[in-house]
Amino acid sequence: MDWLARIFPNVVTMPEDFLIATGQTLYMVLVTAIISGILGLIIGITLVVTAPGKLLENHLIYNLLDKLVNLFRSIPFVILLAIISPLTRLIVGTSIGTTAAIVPLIIGVIPFYARQVQNVLLDVDGGIIEAAQSVGASPMSIILHVYLHESTAELIRASVVTLISVINLTAMAGAIGGGGLGNLAIIIGYDRFENDVIFVALLIILAMVFLIQLIGDKLAKAVDHS
Amino acid sequence: MHEPIINLKDIDVEFKQNQKVFKAVQQVSLQVEPGDIYGIVGYSGAGKSTLVRVINRLQEPSSGEVWVNGQNMLQLSKLELRNARKKIGMIFQHFNLMNQRTIADNVAFPLKSSGLSKDHINQKVQRLLELVELSDKAQAYPNQLSGGQKQRVAIARALANDPEILISDEATSALDPKTTASILALLKNLNQKLQLTVVLITHEMEAVKEICNKVAVMENGRIIERGSLLDIFSQPTQALTKDFINTATQIDQAIEKIKLQDLKLNPNRKLMHLEYVGQNTEAPLITELYRQFSVVSNILYGNMEILQATPLGNLIVVMEGASDNLASAINYCKNQGILINEVNLTEAI
Ligand SMILES: Nc1ncnc2c1ncn2[C@@H]1O[C@H](COP(=O)(O)OP(=O)(O)OP(=O)(O)O)[C@@H](O)[C@H]1O
Ligand SMILES: [Mg+2]
Repeated sequence: MDWLARIFPNVVTMPEDFLIATGQTLYMVLVTAIISGILGLIIGITLVVTAPGKLLENHLIYNLLDKLVNLFRSIPFVILLAIISPLTRLIVGTSIGTTAAIVPLIIGVIPFYARQVQNVLLDVDGGIIEAAQSVGASPMSIILHVYLHESTAELIRASVVTLISVINLTAMAGAIGGGGLGNLAIIIGYDRFENDVIFVALLIILAMVFLIQLIGDKLAKAVDHS
Repeated sequence: MHEPIINLKDIDVEFKQNQKVFKAVQQVSLQVEPGDIYGIVGYSGAGKSTLVRVINRLQEPSSGEVWVNGQNMLQLSKLELRNARKKIGMIFQHFNLMNQRTIADNVAFPLKSSGLSKDHINQKVQRLLELVELSDKAQAYPNQLSGGQKQRVAIARALANDPEILISDEATSALDPKTTASILALLKNLNQKLQLTVVLITHEMEAVKEICNKVAVMENGRIIERGSLLDIFSQPTQALTKDFINTATQIDQAIEKIKLQDLKLNPNRKLMHLEYVGQNTEAPLITELYRQFSVVSNILYGNMEILQATPLGNLIVVMEGASDNLASAINYCKNQGILINEVNLTEAI
């Protein structure tokens, strides 16, 4: 094990920190993915079906959501972190720490995922929707059994893109004491010039990204019959 | 005269496009009786799809009344409308099957809210697939099927809720002639076997000739001519209708070819177009013309169709004789109930 200590002199002294940081990153990614995933999906679907000429056309809801999504998508994440801190304090009681970092993450990711979902669902052939309407299917049934069912593979692909960007953002959330691998790399690796820490943190993040991409691609392929 | 199963009254459909109002359908009334195979022909943009989509309210009319099966479609609640739609099947040019579902699942989809048990649904799907001769493809996905097979699946799906009406919007336009013929034969078969009323939109008069008993011709959002298949084919009044019919009987192509020949026409040698309906046949006529008026007729093109069990003939002949005799011969034809016109070679008939 000597060579390990030689290449990673600082890493070997702090395996526990790595374990904790990885856990924190996974925690942030998971919670953000679940909450933003559900809300983003709902907003994305709503954008598609309330659009002019669509199933549940509603100008008010469509325009409101469309503008909100645009607004939040154009705020850079670092700035969002700052301006959202009062809200964060309101929700989780503190504006620093891992759980606190999740609030801006969720708010940043929802509009991103909602747009992805919207684009995926817009690709469902309008003729297929029309055929479903012509056999008397209800709007709910069309959303669940046509829109979502027809685009499952593409939704998985969009989710992979979103998940990877969530991992990216957790690193940034580290800046407000969010913890996680990004935080570890900056606070210890960068600030103390312990390059091996940066390197290993990066390796773990890369491994996560590759794994998600791999599983996502396999899954998407498995469910796609087109 | 039956109660119409579909009754459209004074339908207008307007689309607003950047401040401008475009009338896609104008003042159209249409009655379809039970058991009809009603053809609606017209060129692209005539408003055919817009009109038939009004029947199941996939398109809301701007004004007018829509009655289907004695139900006022425009006064139904959302739920009632969905139930009414189950009784109006529809098939499309691009099939519109769900790519991520098996053929069996596609056909089962309309039965999701039917309250039938899983077993019952499976049985019904099997029966429907047998009806369209695709039982062996139940577990395949749409992308593994040919165009004709996809349309058969779409027909099975459209029939899942035992509709009384089937609307076919250019269902054969993406298919080759042989496949088209088989789909048309299937529709005809369903019409007879299930007493299915069919509304068939197409721009191919061939298809109409094949299976329809009635036709409406649409242009610029209006129905410009309508009637029984035989009437429309034997006595078209509108230029557009003649255009469609000529395409169907290939008279246009025949005249194009005839134009290329040097026919040496003169007042004693005329090129005539004869149309006859019913029992007339050409052979005795030509003999008669010679026997009675010494007019020699040379057939350049002949076409006979059986429409709804009635023969409908088209002849293009060069008639030669003394001008008096020619005039008498033409009169004789008219008295026999034959539509006879001189072909003007400088313009299309
Ligand atoms: N949703 C819409 N908004 C605006 N204009 C429309 C809409 N749907 C149809 N139109 C217009 O209405 C007219 C009639 O269209 P329609 O699709 O009914 O024609 P069609 O006879 O079915 O033609 P085709 O043979 O090409 O299918 C066209 O000029 C079309 O551009
Ligand atoms: Mg059309």
